[in-house]
Amino acid sequence: MADPTKEESTAAQALAAEQDPTAQQNAQVLALLHSLFGEATFTDVHEPYGLLTVTTKREHIHRIVEGLQQDETLKFHFLTTMCGINYPENLNQELGMIYHLHSLVHNIRVRIKIFFPLADPVVPTLSDIYAAANWMEREAYDFYGIIFTGHPNLRRILNVEDMDYYPMRKQYPLEDGTREDKTDLFFGR
Amino acid sequence: MAVNDALAGTHKIVEEAREQQGGQLVPTLNDFSQELTTLNLGPTHPATHGIFQNILQMDGERIISGVPTIGYIHRAFEKIAERRPFYQITPLTDRMNYCSSPINNMGWHLTVEKLLGIQVPKRAQYMRVIMMELARIADHLICNSILGVDTGAFTGFLYVFQEREKIYEIYEEVCGSRLTTNMGRVGGMERDFTPVAIEKLRKWLKEFPTVMKEFEAMFNRNRIFMDRVVNVGPITAEKALNYGFTGPNLRAAGVDYDVRVMNPYSSYEDFEFDIPVGTNGDTYDRFIVRNEEIWQSLRIINQALDRLPEGPFHADAPHYYLPPKQAVYKNMEALIYHFKIIMGEIDAPVGEVYHSVEGGNGELGFYLVSDGGRTPYRLHFRRPCFIYYQAYSEMVVGTSLSDAIVILSSMNVIAGELDA
Repeated sequence: MADPTKEESTAAQALAAEQDPTAQQNAQVLALLHSLFGEATFTDVHEPYGLLTVTTKREHIHRIVEGLQQDETLKFHFLTTMCGINYPENLNQELGMIYHLHSLVHNIRVRIKIFFPLADPVVPTLSDIYAAANWMEREAYDFYGIIFTGHPNLRRILNVEDMDYYPMRKQYPLEDGTREDKTDLFFGR
Repeated sequence: MAVNDALAGTHKIVEEAREQQGGQLVPTLNDFSQELTTLNLGPTHPATHGIFQNILQMDGERIISGVPTIGYIHRAFEKIAERRPFYQITPLTDRMNYCSSPINNMGWHLTVEKLLGIQVPKRAQYMRVIMMELARIADHLICNSILGVDTGAFTGFLYVFQEREKIYEIYEEVCGSRLTTNMGRVGGMERDFTPVAIEKLRKWLKEFPTVMKEFEAMFNRNRIFMDRVVNVGPITAEKALNYGFTGPNLRAAGVDYDVRVMNPYSSYEDFEFDIPVGTNGDTYDRFIVRNEEIWQSLRIINQALDRLPEGPFHADAPHYYLPPKQAVYKNMEALIYHFKIIMGEIDAPVGEVYHSVEGGNGELGFYLVSDGGRTPYRLHFRRPCFIYYQAYSEMVVGTSLSDAIVILSSMNVIAGELDA
């Protein structure tokens, strides 16, 4: 609940951002990303809650993550997590993957997003860069049907093998707990 | 799926054996030494500490490959969370790592507070630290004592299980429940520590070190125990990082990454403690690192309890923090907020936030995407078990079955956290 009386001027906010170490770090990382991969590669750059977030295209993701891991100054050795996401209303960008990387040396986190159409959910695998990516990609495949090319063993991981749909997509809403058209007649016999 | 299909190409010895037998795995009397055994370890085997299956291919006593199958208790928490208001997600987090559910609860509440921008008062933060460290001790006690059981030493387990019981009594005094604690609220704690709780805590802090010392004396330099665990299932620091290890398993390999120190939350920066690290990441190091962490957690609890500040135990956040029950009966505002919070009728701001805490097993992260509705648009749990368990199949190759059990035990794989 923001107090309107305590609202600061934009100049004060800019000054605070300048003195904020995370903002400075993020600016450094962003500059490095731009110099390594080109400015046009990244769109939609912002810092929600201090975490640098960039959106890129799926053609670049493997190159970017590999570059970040092998970069001598940044040393993003730690793939924190990755997960799929589904926005049914975004035409031709219905599915997405979100990657969180962490540089343990400098304690910088970065979040990278890619979006792609539901009809063509193909993304390059990262399991050749990080061994940790193996199961996380299987999980994303299991829940969103995202296909990772080059993955050594792309099978369902948490759900049963013979399932023929991808349950975390928004087209499968959870059942309304208050519905009354069902009978519990045979429940708990 | 056929077992042999799953194992196809997994290991060189299998390939060689297949070649020698002309593509058949059926042994003849001549190549009797080449007979491979397929052993299903689990899904429900007492030694697997939960429901997961390992299909081990064995050459005599030696494991030549292992294929883990998980998902037996998958409960679709991420999907269920998309329909639930923030408060109703707390019981879901309880059931992930059920050995240390307060940490999961606090992690979730910290994530929501980050999204909402709520400042929690110091007293509540210190109380959270105390509960989280208690949970960490309970988690490590279980892991280490069961490791003892798996190597054939039952006494240590009995010693420290009593202590876990006492920790659960403290939980009970603080929040009313023992295993799935549902502790804390968005904005602070559900209620203040009672004098009885503090008295119990102080008594336990005084008595526990003796038991812990006895436990350590029983194991740390025990010849039989060391024979079973030293150099069993070692993993290098590079490999551990590449596999996404966190927590005691990573620190045993020599990397001093601890979320509490690197990205302090809930006033961890106020306390003095060390990060114990191992050297070669074997089962023994994991055991020792957990034991040391128990001592460090005790240090933190002592500091927090001694310096417990006075003041409110929750933030002034009427939109999210339930009003006291007595006020609900007398005060219209309180009644309205109570109703709105219980029915989940308060919208969250738009935003996305990642917050992580140091769970019993490592970095427990919550990635929350809010589209401005009452429920998360997407909630992803970074479950440390899920990420590092995939290294297990590599760690067991070349060891024996009894080693495989010990490695699994020392990694502290919790089925609830693995599957979620």
